[in-house]
Amino acid sequence: MSKTVAIITENFGQYDPGSIHSYLSIGGFSAVKKALTMSSAEIIEMTKKAAVKGRGGAAYDTGRKWAQAASVPGEDKVVICNADEGEPCTFKDRSILSKDPFRLIEGMIIAGYTVGAKNGYIYLREEYRHLRPLIRNAIDESLSNGFLGDNILNTGFSFQIHLYSGAGAYVCGEGSTLIESIEGKSGRPRIKPPFIKECGLFQLPTLVNNVETLAIAAAFIQHGVEEYLSHGTSGSPGTKIISLAGNIKNPGAYEIPFGLTLREIIYDIGGGIPDGHELKLFQLGGASGKIGPASIVDTPYTYEDLAKEGLVVGSGGILVVDDRTRVIDFVKSIQDFFIHESCGKCTPCREGNRQIAKIIDRFVEGSQRPDDLQTAERFANIMSNCAFCGLGETAQSTLLSAIKHFPQEFGLTEVAENEKH
Amino acid sequence: MQRLEGVRQMNSTKTESFGILTRELAQEIDKTINHYRSNSTKLVGILLDIQDIIPKQYIPREVAAYVSEKMNIPLSKIYDVISFYAALSDVPRADYVIQLCDSVVCKVTGNTTLRDTISQLLGIKEQESTPDGKYWLEYTPCFGACDISPAMRINGKVFGHLTTQDSVKAVLDQYR
Amino acid sequence: MKNIKIKIDNIEVIVPEGTTILEAAKKVNINIPHLCYHPDQAIKANCRLCVVDVSGSRKLTAACSSFVYEGMEVHTNTKKVRDMQKGILELILANHDQDCLKCLRNGNCELQALCQRFNISKTNLVDTVDALPLDDTNPSLIRDSAKCVKCNRCVDACQKVQEVHVLTHSHRSVHYNITPAYEMPLEQTFCVFCGQCAAVCPVGAIVEKDDTAKVWDAIYDPKKHVIVQVAPAVRVALGDAFNLPKGTIVTGKMVAALRRLGFDKIFDTNFTADLTIMEEGNELIQRLTKGGTLPMITSCSPGWINFIEGRYDHLLAHLSSCKSPQQMFGALSKSYYPEMAGMDPKNVYTVSIMPCTAKKYEAQRPEMMTNGVAEVDAVLTTRELARMIQSAGIDFVALEEDQFDNPFGIGTGAGAIFGATGGVMEAALRTAYEVITGKGLPSLNFTEVRGLSGIKESIVLIDDMELKVAVAHGLGNAKILLKQIEKGESPYAFIEIMACPGGCIGGGGQPIKSTRDVKEKRIEAIYKIDEDLPLRKSHKNPDILKLYDNYLGEPLGHKSHQLLHTHYHSRGMKYNFSELPNHK
Repeated sequence: MSKTVAIITENFGQYDPGSIHSYLSIGGFSAVKKALTMSSAEIIEMTKKAAVKGRGGAAYDTGRKWAQAASVPGEDKVVICNADEGEPCTFKDRSILSKDPFRLIEGMIIAGYTVGAKNGYIYLREEYRHLRPLIRNAIDESLSNGFLGDNILNTGFSFQIHLYSGAGAYVCGEGSTLIESIEGKSGRPRIKPPFIKECGLFQLPTLVNNVETLAIAAAFIQHGVEEYLSHGTSGSPGTKIISLAGNIKNPGAYEIPFGLTLREIIYDIGGGIPDGHELKLFQLGGASGKIGPASIVDTPYTYEDLAKEGLVVGSGGILVVDDRTRVIDFVKSIQDFFIHESCGKCTPCREGNRQIAKIIDRFVEGSQRPDDLQTAERFANIMSNCAFCGLGETAQSTLLSAIKHFPQEFGLTEVAENEKH
Repeated sequence: MQRLEGVRQMNSTKTESFGILTRELAQEIDKTINHYRSNSTKLVGILLDIQDIIPKQYIPREVAAYVSEKMNIPLSKIYDVISFYAALSDVPRADYVIQLCDSVVCKVTGNTTLRDTISQLLGIKEQESTPDGKYWLEYTPCFGACDISPAMRINGKVFGHLTTQDSVKAVLDQYR
Repeated sequence: MKNIKIKIDNIEVIVPEGTTILEAAKKVNINIPHLCYHPDQAIKANCRLCVVDVSGSRKLTAACSSFVYEGMEVHTNTKKVRDMQKGILELILANHDQDCLKCLRNGNCELQALCQRFNISKTNLVDTVDALPLDDTNPSLIRDSAKCVKCNRCVDACQKVQEVHVLTHSHRSVHYNITPAYEMPLEQTFCVFCGQCAAVCPVGAIVEKDDTAKVWDAIYDPKKHVIVQVAPAVRVALGDAFNLPKGTIVTGKMVAALRRLGFDKIFDTNFTADLTIMEEGNELIQRLTKGGTLPMITSCSPGWINFIEGRYDHLLAHLSSCKSPQQMFGALSKSYYPEMAGMDPKNVYTVSIMPCTAKKYEAQRPEMMTNGVAEVDAVLTTRELARMIQSAGIDFVALEEDQFDNPFGIGTGAGAIFGATGGVMEAALRTAYEVITGKGLPSLNFTEVRGLSGIKESIVLIDDMELKVAVAHGLGNAKILLKQIEKGESPYAFIEIMACPGGCIGGGGQPIKSTRDVKEKRIEAIYKIDEDLPLRKSHKNPDILKLYDNYLGEPLGHKSHQLLHTHYHSRGMKYNFSELPNHK
């Protein structure tokens, strides 16, 4: 367990998350106090230096995002905390929300101050409804202690935080869809342009950040970026909270420095595969992420090294799968997920998923037709090229990467052998 | 002509046809709506809260119509929201809504025992309720309890490590 | 506005900033395939058929929702683009009931045309049509979700244009659907049957209820005397179905075609439009002079009537009590006409040709009875008439022009302009002015109430009385005027409301593809008819005067009230939440 670190997670277990006094007793809100003495440009500079990539999955540079949000003209701007952690095998935001809600509040205040927002919104997924009272309390106590509301700490900066509930829709993790949901509508993505940074929630300039991203910001504002940057690699500096689960002895959310190998993560941190089974594959970044075979388990967990293997960090989910699971069953499970979660708005995603599901079902039963795999690939490519939003674009990542890494499980080995001659 | 008169009768939306919306429930709904200051952007949260106080945990048409009138939101829009979100239901469920995680993590960690045990003990399949209206079973995507998978939720409460028949039974025993 | 230079398939095109790729491509005659795009509607970008390759872009780009930028290079015909467009089309087709021969839109279906274009007859995909039950229980419209391609054009028409909010998208993924709330049949919703949804549907998922078989039966029934009336807006739109230039006036050919079809007498609804002006104009004068609810609102448009009876029933007192021209004609056809001809009203079979789907509903209202029989027995839309003409093998374009029959064959220009938004207002003003002042109008044209702006208003000086009037078309616009009335802030004495955008020429029963451009041409044609007529004021119609002399007596008289007026009443659609039961 020594390979884990505690920067973003430093407060976990150190205070009672239901009490602001407990939080203040460990130095809580010093990040906000410090940030409010800095200029927006200084904070952006610091954020850029920390080189934090968005932790929701899209990996967009946070410093850049904040700089853009700050430069968009507008008196009334909005910061949204995306707590709609919907990727399967992802629960790291849950760990922050349940163990350190006040740091999230700090991150939001800092983001709001930096970009010039008056209001912040936390969009909490319905599945984390049990955390609602805790978050509600964190907001209320922050308000009654002068960290939220008008003229925070006599700096002239005013900021409110509103708590909104999701209702069970993975697609609402997408920024514009989440905004539709906060506006009281069904969650279907919006057309871009206009971009949400200019015209988002209630038509206002809007910044959307993931829970972990905001928590990191609070952390490096409090302690400076040096400690944070002492971890990780030159391409992927800093740390990351991963959600490690599946066929693993010690599943859980862990903060790790970038650069550990997947082997270290799975075996040293996760304790390896239980019951003497062998690692078969892993899926990184949730259902929209790709799968990798056991043969590349020595790849370092960094943006750049994973990219070389066609993998992504994404949400930070690491699903470990052993030899008891058939690849096709795994693919089917992912396909079932997207059949459940597609919003249905655009043709490629709604109908493409449906048709591919039928083909996958035939593979599961062993009743596939000769042209099935070709058809599935064809429509998977149509989805990734033509779908309206990121959900449809990435829904077939698992299938396509499974075909690539496990061709034999789709009956392709013979074909490949034949082609050699 | 005859047919149209029939239509008029079907249109009749007088109170006799109401099964669920009582005066008391209407007052509770009013409270919820007022709590959110009738803010239409809070619709999703309002519907979740209302669903909680309706027996069998769903939003029937007359309740949706009531909310539509109270909040001045078209009924079709409310229906779009109800039918869209997995946590909202337009069909009656049960006193206890069992949500069994069917996501890939619970699959690879082996949730067949959990599935089979529930089906065996309650005699219901997915999207079904027991005849006494006590239990409803639905499969649900990942609710972020992968670290304790296989898992399920009953009325929003999460239970994990459900690998044996006994562990499943023990949970169900809490919801008699 | 700044001009942008781009290249589409290596052809240079210069378009204003803010143009979409789809529109820019049209400029150089490249028709990028599309289904959810409609020129009069908001961009939806959900069908994804219009994807094209923009150089430098990682994935394909939807042409309907992407705006041009300087130096953009677009490719619409690469192998990748074509393969993907074709694949998307296959996906749509797999989810679509392919029994084309049974479909009213066969031969006039956008999906069919696209499949022809891409040479798709059948896909190797599994059919996945899992539809809701057919909704065919109302007199006006049929919804068949098995044919729905989920383009959302109807939703746009219902929510954004008409603001009726009956149709919505619902559910998600494979259960995604277009439906009223809780899958209710249309007649149990606030649907007004305007048919604007059917008018924009690219396929046959929402169509008019076809009554042509009923009419053929009546024509072939030797015991029936089958008469037909044709609404003002039909004659400027019917030509569309025979590929005539948009806005062609086909009155003479239309009459000839109706005679060929076997109708016994062919009459003009313009006649009863004039009659409506006599009654409604006098009703307005009465309300103005003797006191009555103001503003008074017109009652010709049945979609509008359904709207106020459903949603704004507390404002019913503002409605004129006049029946619509269709029903006035119907009432006369079952009273005056058979009396004059010495026939039993039961043997007269009255057909209307209307631009409107709501007219079918109106004709079936229980109160629309005269002498114990329905005033109008069958209502056909312009589209259905076109189908009858085609089915009879009539070469419409080659027909010799023919004339309406008497006694309901003369209509004035005032009656003619009923077909366009503002027309009823203008017609009423022409008559009201002259009746009140006893003087001739200096100019007959009230141009302020013409045209396609959503709400038009005018102030008319009648002697020393300033009459403020307003015209709204499209129910979304109507709502604005109704809200004023609700607040007691309406400055108007008289309001014309037509349910459909553009008025009846844009009705839900008109030939498909009645876009804004087409509507403008039809409106031009309507005013051309008016200009060209010798009589342009309803109270100067000699046959109308004869009708009052011989039969009705005077406007608003006893006989008029009996035949030409009605009571509009609440549709009782709203839930009554005031009498909730107590908890048991």
